[in-house]
Amino acid sequence: MTDITKEAMMPPRSFLSQDAIQVFYRLLAALLICAVLAVLSDSFLSLGNILNVLRQASLTFFIASGLTLVVLTAGLDLSVGANVALSACIAGTVIHKTGSPALGILTGLACGGIVGLLNGIMVTALRIPSFIATYGMLWVLNGLTYWYMAGETLHGFPAGFRQIGSGYLFGLPIPVYLLLVFLGIGTLFAQRTIWGQEIYAIGANPVAARLSGIPVARRLLLVYAVSGTMAGLASIIFLSRLNSAEADIGESLTLPAIAAVLIGGTSLFGGVGTVFGTFIGALILTLVLNGMNLLSVSANWQPLVTGIIVILAVWLDMKTRRRAQ
Amino acid sequence: MSDALPIEVTSPVPLLELRGISKEFPGVKALDDVSFAVYPGEVHMLLGENGAGKSSLMKVLCGAYRADAGEFYYNGEKVAISSTADAQQLGIAVIFQEFSLVPYLDIAQNIFLGREPKGRIPGTIDRRRILADAKRVLDTIGFDIDPSTTVDKLGVAQQQMVEIAKAISQNARILVMDEPTAALSDRETELLFALIARLKADGVSIVYISHRMAEVFALGDRITVLRDGRRIDGVRPADVTPDQLVRMMVGRNVDMTYPRNFADKPGELLLEVKGLTSSTGIADINIEVRRGEIVGLCGLVGSGRSEVARAIFGADPVTSGEIVFDGKTMSGEPDLSARRGIALIPESRKSEGLALLRSVGDNLVVSALKKLFPSGLFDQRSAQRTSDGLIRQLRIATPSARQTVGLLSGGNQQKVVIGKWLAAGSKLFIFDEPTRGIDIGAKSEIFALIDRLVAEGAAALMISSEQVEICHVCDRAYVMREGRIAGHLTRNELTEENIVRLGMHHA
Repeated sequence: MTDITKEAMMPPRSFLSQDAIQVFYRLLAALLICAVLAVLSDSFLSLGNILNVLRQASLTFFIASGLTLVVLTAGLDLSVGANVALSACIAGTVIHKTGSPALGILTGLACGGIVGLLNGIMVTALRIPSFIATYGMLWVLNGLTYWYMAGETLHGFPAGFRQIGSGYLFGLPIPVYLLLVFLGIGTLFAQRTIWGQEIYAIGANPVAARLSGIPVARRLLLVYAVSGTMAGLASIIFLSRLNSAEADIGESLTLPAIAAVLIGGTSLFGGVGTVFGTFIGALILTLVLNGMNLLSVSANWQPLVTGIIVILAVWLDMKTRRRAQ
Repeated sequence: MSDALPIEVTSPVPLLELRGISKEFPGVKALDDVSFAVYPGEVHMLLGENGAGKSSLMKVLCGAYRADAGEFYYNGEKVAISSTADAQQLGIAVIFQEFSLVPYLDIAQNIFLGREPKGRIPGTIDRRRILADAKRVLDTIGFDIDPSTTVDKLGVAQQQMVEIAKAISQNARILVMDEPTAALSDRETELLFALIARLKADGVSIVYISHRMAEVFALGDRITVLRDGRRIDGVRPADVTPDQLVRMMVGRNVDMTYPRNFADKPGELLLEVKGLTSSTGIADINIEVRRGEIVGLCGLVGSGRSEVARAIFGADPVTSGEIVFDGKTMSGEPDLSARRGIALIPESRKSEGLALLRSVGDNLVVSALKKLFPSGLFDQRSAQRTSDGLIRQLRIATPSARQTVGLLSGGNQQKVVIGKWLAAGSKLFIFDEPTRGIDIGAKSEIFALIDRLVAEGAAALMISSEQVEICHVCDRAYVMREGRIAGHLTRNELTEENIVRLGMHHA
């Protein structure tokens, strides 16, 4: 009993929640992987390789950060990959037709955002479970993209535009700057705005959130729109990095993004997780794949390893949480 | 233990005896050297405030928790209860408040879930036998229903009967019931009491947890009082008065009459409901609530009280009628009502009132985010200050604002739900069964709080099935029957008899 009273008397500590502790463990895990790879491979610690890891992680992170917000509300957005593909193809076409990268970027973001908003409408107004709504959307978007591209490939974009994905500023790839910016914005949004707080509340108990006066439907619309817009952003970076767009570029993006969210400690049941955790999740995922490449492990093993990491991370989470309660 | 032994017992050996049971959780001693004996064929009342250790003791009994220390004796022989299987083997069954039935299976399947009689073809179930067996069990408890009815079609009382039938079918000799009448109507309660008498006659022992004094004296053969995880006393109902029991439970004198300063002259009109009709089954509801008033909304369970509360709050769609709040007509979702100053403290704290996995502090500020942070930027420090203030003001027993709210006792959880609306600065508080499942000490605290709120110019609309509470606390009350307002009772007319008379069907 004395311990409890003592704790009650203590001045408020700096905010160190369960979330913070989890992120800390994940950082440790990432550092551990780095240490192991540094020992096993000479080329791991080279600047080129580290920047490469960060750049790859950034792509996964852009998609996964928006997805994190959706998962925090106990939802899921399975359409992000297909959304990237459609947005990239439309943005690419606009750049080709108008010659204006700015217009293309705006179109890509808008396309992603509108798709997200449609997902949100299906979830809130039509009350379709997000898993099913976005799964259906995945097929619809794939269908639209394949029909629109008709097997063609767009390539060759202005050099200025290509800088976004492959350029450098003060020795760092531009996507890494974007990564830091959106990591900051995402964290601020989730932790330091009342909208973020409301999103956590909705995920923890949507009924109680509504009866506490939170405009649940509007917040969900926002969250799905943000997820879509982040997919739109990812499509732009993809487009400018690859310097080409095809209908099938999104197919390998959704599952790694979900993996990053889960490895990052966000619970599929909602209400628990952080954007920063997702960043670490994306980093861990990329590090492991990078390490396997450096160690010349066959790429065929990569899905297996990813699966094991996801299961391990979620299992450890559940274990520590159960102990905490 | 000697004082708990009866003078005249049918069997001198207890059916089950627990000696020196202790159970500790990080930071909390849930059970501290508790001894407890159940004799064959008796109803043993377990009393205590929320957080006194009743639930923990129950969970130790049924093997869900493993005791840190202590011994178990069954018919005088030492046994171990370290798993639910152990408890089941000893014939201990628990009827929890939340039932563990599968809604889309029928009664027979639920009773024999996991123990289905096998059919002739491997992997199949002998349907005819399961129905016959179920029918036999249902007959022994006097429950006349077709065992092939699916459980989702049953009411709460009937589901409870199925739970009891399930326990009996497992040869339960000790039935632990956690507030079994909490969700039952008076008539259903009578049926349950009759069943308990029948089980007693068959030699089944019943451990009965209750917050209702009347039940304790009507049913109990013996009473064990717990407080702060310790056994305070074991008594027989004939030897104590309700007041003495309350004193044992709370360790201090608690006034059960909930005194309040009734407003001689109520303030201005705050809420006016005119001809409110909703698809949820309420029609033509007319209600007025003034500042400084506590207005009761009573009637039988299912008469539409909660539906009225939800419709006023905007949680259910209104098909016709008008809600005028603070001089302005209202329509819209709960977020609008909340912003205008209406608060709903819903019937079910856990599923509708709280985000259980979030912290006390998070829950306390959730409705006040816009008010506390008009810029839209959230500040953890400032939120913490607000919640610390509320925790002190409401005397919420929690180690800190960072504690997970799901770990608090019922009374403290309820304070958190009320607290979030205090933070939001609400003007009208709609309480839906504010004291359900809350111990007596916390009850009077909550009533004192409501009294203070209205004294400061707020208004309260209070739904309660406890007519005593309505009579003691409310300035006046509306009584509902079958989705409509059946009558209005002024302070002078407000008696239990009048409420019952107006609320009864075919009155």
